[in-house]
Amino acid sequence: MLQIMEGSHAVAEAAKLCRPEVVSAYPITPQTHIVERLAEMVADGELDAEYLCVDSELSALSVCIGSSAAGSRVYSATSSQGLMLMAEVVFNVAGMRQPIVMSIANRALGAPLSIWNDQQDSISLRDAGWFHLYGEDVQEMTDQHFIAYKAAEQHDVLLPGFVCFDGFILSHTYEPVDIPSQEEIDAFLPPYVPYNKLDAKAPISMGMYATPDYYMEFRYETDQALQRAGDAISAAGKEFGEMFGRDYSGHTESYRMDDADVAFVALGSICGTVKDAIDEMRADGIKAGLVKIRTFRPFPAAELAKALAGVPKVAVLEKNISLGSAMKGAVGPEVKDALTGTAIEVYSYVIGLGGRDIRKKDIRAIAALAEKGVGNMFYGLRTEVL
Amino acid sequence: MVDKSLELFDCGHRACGGCGPAMLARLMLKGTGEDVIVVASTGCMEVFSTPYPETAWKVPWIHSLFENAAAVASGVEASLKHNNRTEKVVCICGDGATFDIGMLCISGAFERGHDITYICYDNEAYMNTGIQRSGATPYDASTTTSPAGKKSMGNSLPKKDMPQILNAHGASYVATASVAYPMDVMKKVEKAVNTPGACYLQVHTPCSTGWGFDGSKTIEIGKQAIECGLWVNYEMEYGELKASKKVRRVPVDGYLKAQKRFRHLFKPQPVTEEIAKIQAIADANAAKYGIDIQLNE
Repeated sequence: MLQIMEGSHAVAEAAKLCRPEVVSAYPITPQTHIVERLAEMVADGELDAEYLCVDSELSALSVCIGSSAAGSRVYSATSSQGLMLMAEVVFNVAGMRQPIVMSIANRALGAPLSIWNDQQDSISLRDAGWFHLYGEDVQEMTDQHFIAYKAAEQHDVLLPGFVCFDGFILSHTYEPVDIPSQEEIDAFLPPYVPYNKLDAKAPISMGMYATPDYYMEFRYETDQALQRAGDAISAAGKEFGEMFGRDYSGHTESYRMDDADVAFVALGSICGTVKDAIDEMRADGIKAGLVKIRTFRPFPAAELAKALAGVPKVAVLEKNISLGSAMKGAVGPEVKDALTGTAIEVYSYVIGLGGRDIRKKDIRAIAALAEKGVGNMFYGLRTEVL
Repeated sequence: MVDKSLELFDCGHRACGGCGPAMLARLMLKGTGEDVIVVASTGCMEVFSTPYPETAWKVPWIHSLFENAAAVASGVEASLKHNNRTEKVVCICGDGATFDIGMLCISGAFERGHDITYICYDNEAYMNTGIQRSGATPYDASTTTSPAGKKSMGNSLPKKDMPQILNAHGASYVATASVAYPMDVMKKVEKAVNTPGACYLQVHTPCSTGWGFDGSKTIEIGKQAIECGLWVNYEMEYGELKASKKVRRVPVDGYLKAQKRFRHLFKPQPVTEEIAKIQAIADANAAKYGIDIQLNE
């Protein structure tokens, strides 16, 4: 049954349905409504979890490591500066192979301070060993939490995952959303069975240090596990589709890509605007299409290459900036790499940073730039204030 | 009762000969018993006891990062509580991880009042990285980042009073100990893990490499620190002083002279005004904790 619900509250409902034993988070805009709602659920006895109000994001995720290592399913959520403060722990979680799921309400990074949306925060931690899921709307980002836990906890994966969604644009927007029942989620997501845990009856050491004789193999195995996470996400997405009618088996999703002359590649809520712009362009005879990236890590290179095969020009819409890089955006080079050996031209367009609105006419203008072979640039700069 | 025959910290680890922290690891586990989960910070003890794929720990042990042991322990405790498990949770962290970089996580954990025991092995500097000054380094000690020189007498700042900071958090039990007194260490660990709430134990663990003395003298140096009043063994419950080790105090000179980190105070000739300042620190400790044995005692 569809309910009208704020994005953050839908995420909190999803987290609750996953039955975390420990919730540990520190408030930061625009993540706050998620953790506030979870606190209410614990206070009202709707959620049987230990809820820890911690001193910082550094502690928030460190608490999660301890609880996860002791055998509990755990949940946290953060944004922006909070994610950066916990960055050291983010890398550590993956190396320690703890299947923690954390929601990221995407927000820009300071300086200058900005509470508004872009995806610089999670994109900047793309090399940390977590899988990254990006939601386009409230329904998708809600469902991705169930898929994330299911994939993370597979014993051939045992890696953490981000579920990312655009701050304010999705976190604070009310949309109709189908929230599964507890019985349905229990059937989809069984209780967490740790591969190993801290237990006085069977002592192990976790988080030991590795000399040069061993370190590289640890990193190799983590990368292998992250590749396997791709299969686990796809399998969980397929199973979810069979149970709930919303299929997430693909790491990408194509929109009107048949005979497209220009294809957009994008992540998150912008895809809705892009789809509307494509409909208008198609009506005007401009053959545009979209390949949405749902799983950014592991990077779905083969799937993307297949989806973009035969398209002359690709415009990657980037809500991030890899400062000092040749293409400017961080996603573009990976798309380009996936298309190595083809004649497809790939351009990055940095847009919408720090909450700048992205309109349908901007999407149309970018399509025109790509057609002309102009790209790897900021789009929509207010030159009068430079 | 402490089972002194219990050996849960195995031999074969890589600590220096006469390592104070290694002694503490062994004594600590006699105090906790087997039903324990140990959370370690990055530091000497973590490195010398767990080079993959070997471990000296016969109890469950976890290390995450330098600064977050108290938060990791909070998470372990929350999970145990949720599942009605009985293991005690004990942090073992160096003074850098405790006095400096870990303060945020420690403050949060003690504010929340988790049922954990946080043990600091205090060897009074960053020994793992090569003897750099920490907030626990005593006044005038020469370290690699507070070296004595023509215009320096070594560390110019006093040792931070970490136990009082945790008392101010409302910790149920705060105590200090020294590996020079092994029975006292074991008893205090046992008391801490059996006291509900967050407890703090700060243990003086002389470091032959960092302080500059022969590895056979660790216990002797530890005793000298107590006998001169520069280290005081005491116990506090909910902020109130309950007991302190009484001594017939001797001047600080002997303790200082025995260590290379204070050598600049005596060579080429004694720097009497600096030694007097250190003596004043010991005198203040003695007054504060009432450690002097009176003539009629």
